[in-house]
Amino acid sequence: MTDLIPDHDTIATCDADRPASVSTRASRREFIKGVIASGVAVSAAGYVVVGRGGEVFAQAAGTVTRLVTLNVNGRDRPVDVLPNETLIHTLRYKLGLTGTKLGCDHSECGNCTVMLDDVASYSCSTLTHSVRGRKIVTIEGIEGPNGELHPVQKAMVEELGPQCGFCTPGQVVSAVALLKHNPKPTVEEARIAMSGNLCRCGAYDHYLKAVMRAAREA
Amino acid sequence: MAYKLIGKNFTPVDVVAKVTGRAKYAEDFRAERMAFCKTLSSPMPHARIRNIDTSAALKVPGVLGILTADDVPQFPPPQPPILSKDEVLYVGHPILAVAAESEAAAADAIEAIKIDFEQLPHVTDPLESLFPGGPNARSNGNVAAAQINLQTLKWEASDFAAVTEDQLPAGKPAEEWSYGDVEAGFKAAKLVLDESFVAGGYPHHSMETRTAFAYWEGGKCILHGSNQSHTSAVPNIARLIGIPPEQLVFVAEFCGGGFGSKIPGYPNMAIAALMSKKIGRPVMHRISRNEEYAIGSARPSFQGRAKLGFGADGRLLAADLYLVQETGPHQGAGDFRSAGACLSMLYQPVAMRYRAVPVLTNTPPTGPQRGPGENQFVPALEPIMDKAARELGIDRLAIRKLNAPESSSKIGSDRGPLTSAFIKEALDKGAGLFNWDERKQRSGQRNGTKVTGIGVGQGYHSAGSNGFDGLLRITPDGKLHIHTGVGNLGTYSHSATARVAADILNYSWDNAIIERGDTRRGLPWNSNQAGSLTASTQSRTMYVAAVDMKEKLTDIAAQMLGGTAADYDLGDEKVVSKTDPSKSITYAQAAQKAIELGGKYAGKELPKDINPLTKGSVEMIAGTGLIAVAKDNLPRVGITPGLTTTFAEIELDTETGKIEIKDMLCVADCGTVLHPLGLGHQIAGGNVMGIGLAHLERHVYDPKLGIPTTQGIERSKPPTYLDVPIEVRWAAVEKPDPQNPIGVKGVGEPVQGSGAAAITSAISDALGGHLFNRTPVSLDMILNHLNKRPQAHKPLQVNTV
Repeated sequence: MTDLIPDHDTIATCDADRPASVSTRASRREFIKGVIASGVAVSAAGYVVVGRGGEVFAQAAGTVTRLVTLNVNGRDRPVDVLPNETLIHTLRYKLGLTGTKLGCDHSECGNCTVMLDDVASYSCSTLTHSVRGRKIVTIEGIEGPNGELHPVQKAMVEELGPQCGFCTPGQVVSAVALLKHNPKPTVEEARIAMSGNLCRCGAYDHYLKAVMRAAREA
Repeated sequence: MAYKLIGKNFTPVDVVAKVTGRAKYAEDFRAERMAFCKTLSSPMPHARIRNIDTSAALKVPGVLGILTADDVPQFPPPQPPILSKDEVLYVGHPILAVAAESEAAAADAIEAIKIDFEQLPHVTDPLESLFPGGPNARSNGNVAAAQINLQTLKWEASDFAAVTEDQLPAGKPAEEWSYGDVEAGFKAAKLVLDESFVAGGYPHHSMETRTAFAYWEGGKCILHGSNQSHTSAVPNIARLIGIPPEQLVFVAEFCGGGFGSKIPGYPNMAIAALMSKKIGRPVMHRISRNEEYAIGSARPSFQGRAKLGFGADGRLLAADLYLVQETGPHQGAGDFRSAGACLSMLYQPVAMRYRAVPVLTNTPPTGPQRGPGENQFVPALEPIMDKAARELGIDRLAIRKLNAPESSSKIGSDRGPLTSAFIKEALDKGAGLFNWDERKQRSGQRNGTKVTGIGVGQGYHSAGSNGFDGLLRITPDGKLHIHTGVGNLGTYSHSATARVAADILNYSWDNAIIERGDTRRGLPWNSNQAGSLTASTQSRTMYVAAVDMKEKLTDIAAQMLGGTAADYDLGDEKVVSKTDPSKSITYAQAAQKAIELGGKYAGKELPKDINPLTKGSVEMIAGTGLIAVAKDNLPRVGITPGLTTTFAEIELDTETGKIEIKDMLCVADCGTVLHPLGLGHQIAGGNVMGIGLAHLERHVYDPKLGIPTTQGIERSKPPTYLDVPIEVRWAAVEKPDPQNPIGVKGVGEPVQGSGAAAITSAISDALGGHLFNRTPVSLDMILNHLNKRPQAHKPLQVNTV
């Protein structure tokens, strides 16, 4: 798999044939003078390199899967899992639970938050094999048995928590996990507990109002 | 009229789906035999492709096909290509796509592809490209924009020699305009400031990447995409795929953030569609976060210089603005133009000259982002205005009010009119709510290591359009179907504007059905959900459709009960005789009658002036009920400005450089408020995004290698819960715009600009008026300044530390 940045050998090779002055960028004008003085701005040499492929979510073809049983939203679900498969991949692509969203795949945004034994966790950075025997709850498992909204969800509707909604499942799950451990948080505690969930729309104050309302009304 | 729905809160139709995870975004769809697609993109910032060898890749198990530039429509440069043929222009520039049974197999195949590149000189800083003999980002030019042909433009060495290192040289511009006597203005000025600055841009970082999923059915392409606009994007997406618009079914019920980067559709949608056609299977083209960074877009940065001449009273007598835009490798956005208009709008200079040059760079593509041009400009501009106020000994709020536009003011080079402007009222209201006179006394107040800063900023974006089609339908069950093609960016304006129609038709909101999200539902030609347009534009559109519906309802009542249409009015989902309330027909009866009558009542005869897309949509639903369809031909003369002001109090920690925002208050001049909760949401969210623009998010490339170094979210540092105030307070002026039937103006964009400007103003204030002349004002810049250390950047360098 290619990394997000081309490997350093490639960079070094590319750079070696460029004018030396290009490498030392003391100032804009020196740089420009350097390019002009060298007479050529680029080497005629070509480079055969492998391009960027971006990241992929699964192991290469031919890797062996193993049947495991996961407890998801209160049900035991048998599923074939690759050795390096992440939980979000299993949830979204094998169990059809697309409510959990993949925002970054790098533990940076929290869009993929699920609960593992009632603790908010990033499913993009959790290996599926590591959660056998644990209680996994996704956004699909937050509503009551008859489809009634959880108090956090109700509050999110009333306070108009989401904007675009993409980070919302993660925000809801984080808030539910918070209230399980701390049913009456202060706004400061709520803000810290929620801070692993990014929202590019900046809907933070509506989400926080919803968390505080849910804590009041639950 | 007194409204029942307009101005009141409600539960939008799509919010429960969002909080339960049932909302389906493009990557949530699946199909039998779905294949995966990955792209191979350039590892170099600028190179020529000499040869592509895919022979080994085609032998990788599971590979289904390869799509190259030869398989996709070509567009003249500098329009972005779908796949690059000869020349790659930045790290991450897509070259080809591979489809396979699994994404992993596609990635394995990509590993097996060999490309022979000839490296070409690259440039990440526009001024380097403008220097005589400097590198061009494209082999055929270094300057381009909409209405500026791709060309090579170099300044003279003497232009650079004429200025110091911290001044922007002013060589030949690509465009310019002026009005009034600028020189006379400077001569008459008591104070002239001449400030060069860098206004940084940054990536959009929408939480949903631009994944596209496509398949073909019955000769039509069914495309699921992440797009902030809906029907307005259809013609462009069809053009990218190379099919007529009527062959495209576009599903875009939810969009996980766009902020301007997903307005008219985009090239990778065509990759999914054309790959699907090529291999005969549904194709999911997932876009990773880092790919989004490369093929999404970013707000362009400016290197700018503003010479401003003020009278003793603070009036801006003359302004001379020069902007160099870092445009990225393609056509990019016209931010420079909007920034010029913004200065002429917010500070109404008596005389002004504007010059600009958009320069191509080997950095990922730029495009419009929330308040394109205005919003990166005002956080650089407003601290300079503060400096003018300080030097002239006048209040910082007073200098803004003195120069602020009124409804009779003009804008830009052509001195065009405005539909309304109440920013003075917003400044007054904000000053009262923020308690400006008392708060400003806290400027510079020390509390241990912390020092207080008080800031005020303004934002502007033109926020209204017209000329789109409204489409309403009442079915024989009595249901009002409100058809809307505006998209779903997360503002809830698809519903807020639909309520205009329900209100005029006296219809119960809970009974109304909003038809949206899938072109198969019969959606009209509507405005982009961008440019703060939806609220204003779509409320007009809904109004004209509702008027048409009202006319048809009363007309049918007259036909059924006698008299003329004028004898009837609308009751609660009934058409009632004005003189004899016992005489009435229900909307259900009217719908049934419309089907019998056919013609214009049933959507079988259409107004001549409606858009072809609307026509096709009406054909889908013709004969199913009473149909109202009308183009918005209501007059609108001039720019409809959305204007905001934000006030902020911060505490800046002189030991860490960290700022804590103690209070943030935003007041909007957005006309009649359609949906208070939704408006508050936009205001708060925009101001939060402004905090990132002003202080947190840097867009950095290695200038030597052209490689992005702030790729990804963690390194870009968008605001989190902990970087923003717990609450953003807000208010609206609530003065209706006279050229909108409901009085509405948009506001989604200026809120980010005014928020960002209030923060840079407050930071400058906390530091005794120090001007960084560079955004974002990051923590290390603050610390370097406080510790009298040199900054890590050279003056005017962009895209670097």
